[in-house]
Amino acid sequence: MATAQFSKILIANRGEIAVRIIRACREMGIKTVAVFSDADADALHVKYADEAVHIGPALSRKSYLNIDRIIQAGKDTGADAVHPGYGFLSENADFANACADNQLIFIGPSGECIAASGNKSAARKTLTAAGIATIPGSEDIISSPQEAFEIAAQVGYPVILKASGGGGGRGMRIAYDKNELADAVAVASGEARAAFGNPDLYLEKYIEKPRHIEIQILADHFGNRIHLGERECSIQMRYQKLIEESPSPFVDPELRNKLGQTAIQVAGLVGYTNAGTIEFLVDKDKNFYFMEVNARVQVEHPVTELVTGIDIVQQQILLAQGEPLALKQDEVQLNGWSLECRINAADPADNFMPSPGEITHLILPAGPGVRVDTHIFNPYVISPFYDSLIGKLVVWARDRGMAIKRMQRALAEFQIEGIKSTIPFHQQVFQDADFIRGDIDTHFLEKMGRSGLSGI
Amino acid sequence: MGSNTYTITSPVMGTFYRASAPGEKPLVEVGQKVDAAAIVCMIESMKIFTELRADQPGTVKKILVENEEPVMKNQELIEIEIG
Repeated sequence: MATAQFSKILIANRGEIAVRIIRACREMGIKTVAVFSDADADALHVKYADEAVHIGPALSRKSYLNIDRIIQAGKDTGADAVHPGYGFLSENADFANACADNQLIFIGPSGECIAASGNKSAARKTLTAAGIATIPGSEDIISSPQEAFEIAAQVGYPVILKASGGGGGRGMRIAYDKNELADAVAVASGEARAAFGNPDLYLEKYIEKPRHIEIQILADHFGNRIHLGERECSIQMRYQKLIEESPSPFVDPELRNKLGQTAIQVAGLVGYTNAGTIEFLVDKDKNFYFMEVNARVQVEHPVTELVTGIDIVQQQILLAQGEPLALKQDEVQLNGWSLECRINAADPADNFMPSPGEITHLILPAGPGVRVDTHIFNPYVISPFYDSLIGKLVVWARDRGMAIKRMQRALAEFQIEGIKSTIPFHQQVFQDADFIRGDIDTHFLEKMGRSGLSGI
Repeated sequence: MGSNTYTITSPVMGTFYRASAPGEKPLVEVGQKVDAAAIVCMIESMKIFTELRADQPGTVKKILVENEEPVMKNQELIEIEIG
């Protein structure tokens, strides 16, 4: 692949990530084109970009997901490349292919690779064949208690039964031995039928105290691949990450190396290029299982940037230009500790109900070791049309204890009025003894909820 | 509005949908009988979909908002005649 210096990049996104990408472009001397919907005419990414193109009504389907309009905007403005950000069209193989067909370089992996990574059962088969562990379980629905016993014996207890129509914890049952499994099959099937009108269950190994740990990778077009360490993302509410950190308090150098090498192997197997993330579930005994490939820049990329000193968005642009990776694995060092809180327009006292509306007062935290990635300002109307993420509060300090104190201080400085936000929720987590000790897993918030999260 | 009708209102600022997914047929039409707890419309706010349900059995009298229109918190959406 020939290298080509970009002179203009279209950003096919909005919100804080569009602003983040514009910042990287400006530092590299690259001109930017913003796209915007009716709801975003006054948005920060529109103000910051060199040019801005209106692409349709507020509904995402008619604007930020409208491939034809975005490609046309790229052609009309003479852009060389398109950065998709995260969400919207970032993992849409048709969009990546449409860019390529119109002489716009898509800043991300190829359409083919996006499609391969997105097909989870096919990806799982490819990786299992290469010896990479995925969570073992029944490939299909279980047809009888006998079949459940056989699969449980193969994967080892404890096991979890999940409703195939399911979600939200209903129709799920954990069994630690064969007797419990016999009861669980009957109960879970009944629950699944009542809740989803579908009694079908599948079974997989139950991971005790699971942590969500992901590895950031960079891959060029010449087969060079490195990893930038891990991000711990176990603090989640209904599979939505709320707090992330790097490094993970659970990962030692040996586990980091194993996870990193596995992530690099996965990237090779799916033909990954550009920046990407390989997600793993890690159990209490440090066994790890591949979950999925995120073929895009992640919301939580700043924590990796702060501990490695590497600008991931800049790396994405350099790699898309066809340049070889300038960094070697042994040049990547994790220095200090970084934590990120996602600031969402949502009400933690009302089950995280969305809280769009007008910001009437805003003071952003600042000072040593504090980074705020946001698109909000005062006055600004947070529209109900898009994601509730309104900013990311990221801190860096020499060690985890100091980073926690710094986050507590920054959260106390953060003032926002007119809408509800997740700030009071974060303040509570950052006072929690288990969290401060680093004793976290993906069930942390459920447990914390039982012991008084409703107090906020 | 008489005492034998009630109105479904939006719990949050968002977008009003008459169907549960694009291309699906509307959840209710004017004149249709609904049971208590029947889903009558959807509100999307910040990518979160909320199903709105009838409070009591009745007949859909008026649908006050067009499909895919933006709505405010507490805006009246659907009028239902009890019975």
